[in-house]
Amino acid sequence: MPATELNRFTLPNGLRVVLAPDPTAPVVGVSVHYDVGFRSEPEGRTGFAHLFEHLMFQGSESLEKLAHFRHVQSSGGTFNGSTHPDYTDYFEVLPSAALERALFLEADRMRAPKITEENLRNQVDVVKEEIRLNVLNRPYGGFPWILLPPVLYRTFPNAHNGYGDFTELEQADLDDCAQFFDTYYAPANAVLTVAGDLDVDATRELIDRHFGDVPHRPAPDRPSFAEPPPTTELRDEHLDPHAPLPAFAAGYRMPDPINDLDGYLANLVLAAVLAEGDGSRLQQRLLHREPVVTDVGAACGLFGPFEARDPDTFIVTAMHSPEVDQARVLAAVDEELDTLASTPPSEQELAKVTARWAAGLHREHDRLVSRTLAFGSLELLYGDPGLVHRLPDRIASVTPDAVAAAAKALRPDARAVLTVTPAGGNQ
Amino acid sequence: MTTSYRTAAEIGRTELGPRPLPALGEQRSATNLSSVDTVLDNGLRVIAVHQSAVPMVELRMRIPFAGTDPAHAAVAEVLAETLLTATERRDRVAIDTDLALVGGELSAGVDPERLSISGNALASGFDTLLDVLADALTGAVYLDDEVVRERDRLVERIAVARSQPSVIAREALQRHRYGDHPYTREMPDADDVAAVTAERVRELHAASVLPRGSLLVLVGDIEPNDAVARIASAFGGWRSDRSAVELPDLPEVTGGDLLFVPRAGAVQSQLRLTAEAIPRTDPRYPALQLANLVFGGFFSSRLVENIREDKGYTYHARSYPEFTPSGATLLVEADTASEVTAPALLEMRYELARLGVVPPTESEVDTVRQYAIGSLLISTGSQTGLASQLAALAAYGLGVDWLVDHPARLAEVTADEIAEAALHFYAPARFTGVVVGDEAQVRYLTALGGVRSA
Repeated sequence: MPATELNRFTLPNGLRVVLAPDPTAPVVGVSVHYDVGFRSEPEGRTGFAHLFEHLMFQGSESLEKLAHFRHVQSSGGTFNGSTHPDYTDYFEVLPSAALERALFLEADRMRAPKITEENLRNQVDVVKEEIRLNVLNRPYGGFPWILLPPVLYRTFPNAHNGYGDFTELEQADLDDCAQFFDTYYAPANAVLTVAGDLDVDATRELIDRHFGDVPHRPAPDRPSFAEPPPTTELRDEHLDPHAPLPAFAAGYRMPDPINDLDGYLANLVLAAVLAEGDGSRLQQRLLHREPVVTDVGAACGLFGPFEARDPDTFIVTAMHSPEVDQARVLAAVDEELDTLASTPPSEQELAKVTARWAAGLHREHDRLVSRTLAFGSLELLYGDPGLVHRLPDRIASVTPDAVAAAAKALRPDARAVLTVTPAGGNQ
Repeated sequence: MTTSYRTAAEIGRTELGPRPLPALGEQRSATNLSSVDTVLDNGLRVIAVHQSAVPMVELRMRIPFAGTDPAHAAVAEVLAETLLTATERRDRVAIDTDLALVGGELSAGVDPERLSISGNALASGFDTLLDVLADALTGAVYLDDEVVRERDRLVERIAVARSQPSVIAREALQRHRYGDHPYTREMPDADDVAAVTAERVRELHAASVLPRGSLLVLVGDIEPNDAVARIASAFGGWRSDRSAVELPDLPEVTGGDLLFVPRAGAVQSQLRLTAEAIPRTDPRYPALQLANLVFGGFFSSRLVENIREDKGYTYHARSYPEFTPSGATLLVEADTASEVTAPALLEMRYELARLGVVPPTESEVDTVRQYAIGSLLISTGSQTGLASQLAALAAYGLGVDWLVDHPARLAEVTADEIAEAALHFYAPARFTGVVVGDEAQVRYLTALGGVRSA
């Protein structure tokens, strides 16, 4: 990975800043990561963190409703935001002439978002449409990210639906919003990242000018979401009125992504050895040698890697014809894990994984939006944005024995299996 | 909930009050691209571009791949699924291993117009990437058991896809616009797929996987002339006197009633409106592109601000041009809650008419112009974005020059030209389309008019 020179500093109000200059293209990325995701939303308010993300686009003291979008787009830029288990991010990518404008927009809503009853009700409607589109009206909606956690986890933060229940979304009121903002959207609970075509000194000055007077509020204590792993196989079934084929997700607990990074990376490599590419173990066996599934996958994290703190989830998913017994597919998964546990993968198998990971990281790094967000999330979760440059080497140094140990830890008697069963007219 | 926090009203104001928006700074322009655009002896057009921000190379291949046989889509789909599974020199695992060791991947897909192959690798593995691809193009063997397996998987995946409301709406729209033209066969029938044999796939490969008239785009940490030489050498054995098969011209889309397609149990409706438009080569295209942005082409558009941000009818609404072999169409789409289907359609029609009779304002024009220029800069700033853009343009005879010159074209369009494009292309009477949804909505749609049931 070509290492970008990173500048890190913290403003007196606690805002952490990462600057990553790179003059390749005359464009710049700006992101703000707040250290709050849907695992932190209050009980009785499922979906609130995501709803609040929508509200942050609805205007602030200096910006009327819709002005944010217009100012970014009339500068030639794009924007978005997204809510994750442990953080919420907001970003703009723009021609570099618009850098100060993007900083102004982010500072204004960090200082004084305008949250009104009218906008709240409008965005509850928009979020409900988003949920209908992405979950309720489509086959395998919410599979596995909404459906698996309540089987694998017992505590509210880990188990609940981050998109939210319609009734609870409708109950959200302005006081919920005010309390959520004052608690979690403090500058001391956030990371600002600027990457791309920028001058470090000039950008630092602009950041001081726009963010310097956002008042300090203490960052909230971050609770541990730890809970004991399951001691038996947990199971549940979801009837899907739109799904044409049965599917399942097996979820396992895995090493702490932050405090046991080596253990976590061994699981990343394991996921690739199992199901990345035609030569991978599960694809070879279940798709080709004894074709019993339509699709099989293995992954770390419900939204992808480097997204969450502990506890995090290792997932194996498969979709298969109704004639195939689920037990047969699960038994094959267990056998492949046992084989890997007793006979570590070959050096060549790991070389394939390592090269593909390096290439994948390069490709991601080539897109300014991904690069900006990666620096921001790694600063937030690891306090180490430069980790992105070292990941290829860290992954390359995962040993066959470490992968075997990771496979050995994925036990059938300590996992959750969520089954999706087709139920209905298939329309 | 608690009193130890500020109220929402207190949060929304500071002592200083609202602040002025900073002006834009000085814009640096993009650096020049070094590229080669040439046709090899075998008739393959090659575009190679140097862009070295990361040590990767992106590959896009487009082979015109039309067919009029009703089962063509099925055979073509199985071919795309099995093209990269075995050659005379490599089996499935060897292909994956060779690619993986250079951080590479290749995948193939097919639509009614063309066979598309996309891939990438570490730049150090460029020769391996080319070798594996050339091996498949000249030596794919389509083993019987591979074909049978992929065919069976495909049948299942088609069932999954056809249960998606967006696919149901797309298929209904294509039939509504183009009848049984081959362009409508975006997804084959499961029965046709089940009947595909390895022999049929081999025949189709021999007849249609042809270099003449096809396109290869490479973008990355490569030197363009050197890349072309390596490609010429790797693809030297891929030859034919015949040309790749282009799709027959499409009939023009004419305005008319929307077709209502019932979907029992739907909680959301799909609205899909369409009208004939113009390709990028038409001198009016930049004006149409900007008029479309004002209408529904980005978030700050009239349609999105109306039906999403004002009324909350939808999460997703947009309008975009779709380029077809013989021209282009406009597509306007939104997914809405069932009970607001008719109100959403009413607003869509209102915005269509309004775009012509209340033309884009000066500020709207400024916004979309900046947006179009800036987003082009951003989307072509990465290897993947540039490779995909070039592949899309080159399929219609355009190339790097068009991309480089387009910001100037956008800068020169006048407000009058945009108003003219808006008035002509967005006239509601030019549109037709489909609505997929719950039958209970029909009475409201019927009351609106211009909607019929099958």
